[in-house]
Amino acid sequence: MAALSTREKLAILSDAAKYDASCASSGTDRRDSVKSRGIGSTEGIGICHAYAPDGRCISLLKILLTNFCIYDCSYCINRSSSNTRRARFTTEEVVRLTIEFYKRNYIEGLFLSSGVVRSPDETMSEMVEVARRLREEENFAGYIHLKTIPECASDLLEKAGKYADRLSINIELPTDEGVKRFAPEKRPETIRLSMASLRQKMEEKSEPTLKTKKRQRFAPGGQSTQVIVGADSTSDDGILRTSSRLYGSYQLRRVYYSAFSPIPDASSALPLKRPPLMREHRLYQADWLMRFYGFLQPEILAGTPDGMLDLDIDPKLSWALRNRGRFPVDVNRAHREDLLRVPGLGTRAVTRILDTRPHARLRLADVGRICRSIATVRPFIVAADWSPGCLLDAERLRQKLAPPPRQLSLL
Amino acid sequence: MTAAPQLSLARFTVALKSDIDFASWRDAARRLVLNGARPEDVAWTVDPVRAAELAASLPAIPAGAVLNVPRSFVERAEAVFCHSDPARFGFLYQLLWRLTRKPELMQIASDPEVRRFEAMDKAVRRDIHKMRAFVRFRRIKDGSGEHYVAWFEPDHFILERNAEFFVRRFTGMHWAILIPYASATWDGETLAFGPGASRASAPREDDAEELWKTYFRSIFNPARLKVKAMQAEMPRKYWRNLPEATLIPGMIAGADQAAREMIARTPTQAPTRHEKIQARHWKREETDRGDGADAATITALREAAKGCRRCPLWRDATQTVFGEGPDSAKWIFVGEQPGDQEDLAGKPFVGPAGRVFDSILDDAEIDRTKVYVTNAVKHFKFEPRGKRRIHSKPNAGEIQACRWWLDRELDLIKPDLVVALGATAAQSLLGKSVPVTKHRGEVIEREDGLRVFITIHPSYILRIRDPDDKQAERERFLADMRKVRKLAAH
Repeated sequence: MAALSTREKLAILSDAAKYDASCASSGTDRRDSVKSRGIGSTEGIGICHAYAPDGRCISLLKILLTNFCIYDCSYCINRSSSNTRRARFTTEEVVRLTIEFYKRNYIEGLFLSSGVVRSPDETMSEMVEVARRLREEENFAGYIHLKTIPECASDLLEKAGKYADRLSINIELPTDEGVKRFAPEKRPETIRLSMASLRQKMEEKSEPTLKTKKRQRFAPGGQSTQVIVGADSTSDDGILRTSSRLYGSYQLRRVYYSAFSPIPDASSALPLKRPPLMREHRLYQADWLMRFYGFLQPEILAGTPDGMLDLDIDPKLSWALRNRGRFPVDVNRAHREDLLRVPGLGTRAVTRILDTRPHARLRLADVGRICRSIATVRPFIVAADWSPGCLLDAERLRQKLAPPPRQLSLL
Repeated sequence: MTAAPQLSLARFTVALKSDIDFASWRDAARRLVLNGARPEDVAWTVDPVRAAELAASLPAIPAGAVLNVPRSFVERAEAVFCHSDPARFGFLYQLLWRLTRKPELMQIASDPEVRRFEAMDKAVRRDIHKMRAFVRFRRIKDGSGEHYVAWFEPDHFILERNAEFFVRRFTGMHWAILIPYASATWDGETLAFGPGASRASAPREDDAEELWKTYFRSIFNPARLKVKAMQAEMPRKYWRNLPEATLIPGMIAGADQAAREMIARTPTQAPTRHEKIQARHWKREETDRGDGADAATITALREAAKGCRRCPLWRDATQTVFGEGPDSAKWIFVGEQPGDQEDLAGKPFVGPAGRVFDSILDDAEIDRTKVYVTNAVKHFKFEPRGKRRIHSKPNAGEIQACRWWLDRELDLIKPDLVVALGATAAQSLLGKSVPVTKHRGEVIEREDGLRVFITIHPSYILRIRDPDDKQAERERFLADMRKVRKLAAH
């Protein structure tokens, strides 16, 4: 086989990475290149430098070191039984691409993942070497996200955490049974243990050391994971249950939901249809309810017949319609927690309402100026000049608030 | 009554040196507002020629007058000042005027002018953010080295406000950003601003662009086409300066076909390499660990317990936390169940309660390395609450299911004495619930002759708030442990 050019490898190894949803470059420490005279900075919030026509942002150079893999996970294009074209970057190539792209302001940094060749340790140490060279030899201060390999040695994780902003381990399937079925060589126990050990390391390094009183750097952007949605039959409630467990147990910063996308040369075990993008979107919204709106996981879907999120309306509105007894909420008196439950009021709108209250009594028009759309909010609140009356009891409230039915696509 | 007609006060015209001359605005606004000049009596313009002359005609600040406005207003006003709306100078003055009369104004989010201020602030911040995202540098190499030049067209006057960001990020590069009304250059040492430029003065191409386009094309998943979502974040107005954007129409047009082809490609025969990999890496050892019934040592039992599925608690826990200590221990301490820290570490009694327990054992002169410590239930049971796990008590079924392991631990170790720490442990060991406070410090003998000493769980001490009560409880527990030591020494 003729040697592949960097460009050919880039085509193969970014194509192979496009099924991974996680790409955020936010939530790390602040740093810049002023002192080092190198390049790169992070300011806490990530920057999306480009958007692909799939609506997803490109903030990091997301590639695989190699798509050769000894595992045979049926949902993965790179599984060993797939006939996809294989390629392998050298460390130097990945470093060059990252630096050259960064200097042109195409990207915020690198998200490096890899198929597992020969052994988890060997692959992981190559990934760590890329990160080390970027930091130590290129003075690169941009964002680095490494996908760690669950079975790798602990000292490799230690090094990965020293150079990377974020580490992640994908659980891929929401249940242990799913992992066993679709990824026969992977062990759910090992994935949990890896996440547990990352959490322990992060907590240990966040303590100031006795000698220098300084905190050691260890993945300041925390850890994250990805769950594939729609490959197996787990309900949304089951998926959210898994997320809630992961957030609580391993202090994950993010759980990414990736609608199962058909892959070329797919295994026959999988549904060959368009990815359930709306379901993925609703899961993100529900995830938001747990992380920013004070919802407990079991509440979100309590009272639904099948534990599935409503595809027509967002999960908060859906919850409110099932819990009408808790409304209306008085915008001039209610606690923050209750305001956060009102459909159409986001965290910012709630803060603005609370800031305004000591100085002025809010009328409906005032709330209208503060929130994005008063139409959704109106039936659920009481304001100085407004009470929803029997609006909340109306049988047709759901129909009123849901978008009009669309003709289904034939695909 | 009829109001006396207001005498027309002096009308003022303020000329700023440029669209971004915040310092002059601030100076003029301060003078005017302290002299009571009403917003409708002030006209604002940008006129570098007349700026100095008109500034001299503004009233001086009256002696002793002080202007107090929240710092946050001044900071945000500086951002809003970058907005391209020509009415912004007067609008900001109007807000300042109202602020001097109503200091809490900025907290009233329902006020239409506060909303407008916030909206303008947001528009400027968004423009700044988009500039950080969509500036594309192109490299020029000449005798003096490498230079990176970008052409960009922002909506607002943000270059000066944003330039420091590019300095922090690209310190090691020499670069220039050209925009219609100004330019910024960084030579590695100094940041300088110059006159505006045109698109033609920026380089036309760059040798990394083909690679970047290759990446942009390959990372796109045609099965997920979402054009609206893309345009919401990357509006068309930016496209003409983004090298990758030329690919977008073709990618959208071909997406449907590409997705169909992806789905239609039927699974093919696995390559021969696959067989070899399977044979080499996955010669699967029998993973069935058995149920532990025939385990002859604690080590073998621990191994078997790793795969325990006797109750559903394994689903949410990280791992089985088995007992720890020598096989030949004379005493076994049985706690309730592992907690957050134990679940992560895989060892019993390593969390806060474990540390209390250790220190008391130490005071009672019991060597922890010589005793065996375990739990009645070996998986952590909890409720996730946001980012924390709240311990929840194991129920009778779970205790019953886990007795299988505890019974085997007792069989293999054959201790002289078992210490039940708390109600759950007592229930597991005695097969029925026992009031711990009533029997605390007593030894209850089981039918099989095993002696069970009853006491509290050390986590109880941790939960006591009052320091005196806490100390007293610690003493009582220490006394219990001393009793244990005597009992086993008989």
